[in-house]
Amino acid sequence: MWDYTDKVMEYFRNPKNLGDVDNPDAVGEVGSMACGDVMRLTLKVEKGTDRILDARFKTFGCASAIASASILTELIKGKTLDEAAQVSNDDIARALGGLPSAKMHCSVMGHDALMAAIANYRHAPQPDSEEEGGKIVCRCFAVTDKHIERVVRENNLATIEDVTNFTKAGGACGSCHTQIQDIIDRVRRELAAEKKT
Amino acid sequence: MKPLIYADNNATTRVAPEVVHEMLPFCTEQYGNPSSMYAFAQAPAKAMDTARERVAALVGAERPDEIIFTSCGTESDNAAVFGTLAALPDKKHVVLSSVEHPAVYNLAETLQHRGCRTTMLRVDSQGIVDLDQLANSIWDDTALVSVMWANNETGVVSPVKEIAAICRAKGVAFHTDAVQAVGKLPVNVREAGAQLLSLSGHKIHAPKGVGALYIKRGTRFRPFFVGGHQEHGRRAGTENVPGIVALGKACELAAAYLQDEVTRVRALRDRLEREILARVPDSFLNGGGADRTPNTTSISFEYIEGEAILLYMSDAGICASSGSACTSGSLEPSHVLRAMGVPIELAHSAVRFSLSRYNTDADVDYIIDKLPPIIARLREMSPFAPK
Repeated sequence: MWDYTDKVMEYFRNPKNLGDVDNPDAVGEVGSMACGDVMRLTLKVEKGTDRILDARFKTFGCASAIASASILTELIKGKTLDEAAQVSNDDIARALGGLPSAKMHCSVMGHDALMAAIANYRHAPQPDSEEEGGKIVCRCFAVTDKHIERVVRENNLATIEDVTNFTKAGGACGSCHTQIQDIIDRVRRELAAEKKT
Repeated sequence: MKPLIYADNNATTRVAPEVVHEMLPFCTEQYGNPSSMYAFAQAPAKAMDTARERVAALVGAERPDEIIFTSCGTESDNAAVFGTLAALPDKKHVVLSSVEHPAVYNLAETLQHRGCRTTMLRVDSQGIVDLDQLANSIWDDTALVSVMWANNETGVVSPVKEIAAICRAKGVAFHTDAVQAVGKLPVNVREAGAQLLSLSGHKIHAPKGVGALYIKRGTRFRPFFVGGHQEHGRRAGTENVPGIVALGKACELAAAYLQDEVTRVRALRDRLEREILARVPDSFLNGGGADRTPNTTSISFEYIEGEAILLYMSDAGICASSGSACTSGSLEPSHVLRAMGVPIELAHSAVRFSLSRYNTDADVDYIIDKLPPIIARLREMSPFAPK
C-alpha cells in the first residue's frame, strides 16, 4: 500500500475541477494508456491578458495522478500563462504534502500537461517532443532526451532510479540505463560549471 | 460502521479458528524443540508427524516423508528449482512458463546469472501453456520443468497431467507451484504425475510463514537450506512447529471444505462475475474460456486504472487486487495478463476478486451494488471513456 498523504487522498476522493472546459482555448494531453497514465488539461484563457479563467482535467491513472492533475488546476487558475509556466512539478508535489518517491512522475506529468497546454495555446511544438528536436531515449515509455535533461536539471536528480521515479524512463526493459546515466552526468557537469561562473 | 468485505483470498486468507485452536498450545505449553531427546519434546515431534500425514493426505502423496516443511511457498519453489539443479550438476537448462508467480518467474534471471539457460513457455489467450513448445523445449541437459497448477491472478488451471506425461516421456522432473490450487481443486500428485509440488499455508487458512514441498520418493534433490539434520537432511533449520501444526490442520480442513469450495464458493464467484459483467459496460473477463479455480475472477474495466479502482473499493470496505502497474510497485502491468495477450490498457485496468469459505451471498450482493458506481465515477475522470 502506498503511503499517500491525506491531501492526496482528499483530491483523489473529491477532485476539484474535474471535466473538460467547453470550447477550450488550450489543450494539453500527455502520457499514453499503454504507459498507465494519461492527463488531459483544458484551459479557458482570457484574450489579451493571457489569464487562465478556467482549468479542468481528466486523468486515466492512479490516485496520485488524479490528485496531481486536480491540484494543478487549482494552482494555475487566475494566473497568466507566464505566471503558470513558473509552477514546477515540485510545487505540485509540495501542494499535495509530498508524494511517494516512486510516484513523483505523477507530479512531473502534471507539469508536462501544463507546458503542453501552454505550447498548444501558443501554437508552439510540444515541449521536449521529437518535433522540438528531442530524441527518444526510453522506448518503453516514449521519453525523450530533452525531457530527461529538463527533469534532471529542474529537480537536481542524481541517479537512474531518481530519473525513473520522476519520468518513468528506464523503468521497464532497462536498456536505456547507460544513456540515462550519460544525460545525468552531462547535466550535473553543466550545473556545476554554471554554479562556478 | 463500514463493513469489511474480504475478497482477496489469493493474496492471503483469514486463519481458521480451528487452526488457531490447534496451534496455540505449541506456542504456549508445548514449546520444546522436536530434535531434543527428552520426553518434553515428544509432543511437538508427534504433532509434526500428524501434520506431515495430513499434508501428504491432502496432496495424495504415497508417504508422509515425501513432504518437507518450509517457510513459505516462495521457499518451496526456490528449493524445488535450485535443489533439483544442485542434484544434477550436468544439467544446465530449466523450462518455466511465462505466467508463473514471481517466486518462479523471477528465478529465470538468477538462473541465467548462474550459467543456466531458461525457456519461458508461451501461453494462449486463456493462459494455457503451449504443450508443443514444451515438448520441443526439453533437451538432454534439461533439469526441470516448472509450470504452476493454477494461476494466482486469473485462476486458470494448467493441464498438469499432459505436462507431466510429456516430462515423463522425456525423462525430466516436473515441478508444479500448486499454491493457488491446493484447497480449491482436487490435487493429487500421483494422478497428476508431478515429482515436486509447492504449497503455502497462508493461502489455505493457516498463518503466514509456513509452506511445504512434496518431493516424490527417488527424485534427485539436494537441500536448498544447508545446516542441521532436520526434515531428514532435506531442509535445515529448527522447525516452525506451531506453523507446521497449523498447516496440517488447515490441510485437514481444506479436504473437508473442498466440496463447499467447488459448489458454494464457485456459485458465489459465478454470480459475482456474471453480475459485474452485466452491470458494468466495457468490462471483460480474463481467462474465462479456461478451466479455473472456483474462487477467482479477473475482470478488466476499460478506460480506467486498477489502483484507483482498488482505493475507491477500499473506501467502501472491499478488499481486492489489481494487475495494474501502480499496485505492483513496478511500472509495468501484470506479466500474466500481458503473456495472455491482454491489451496493455486492459492489463492496467484488471481487478481480481478471490473468495473463500468465509464469503457469503451478502458479500457478493454488497460488491455488485458498490462496484458499478465506482467504475462510473472513475470513468467520469477518464479522458477516454465515451460520454
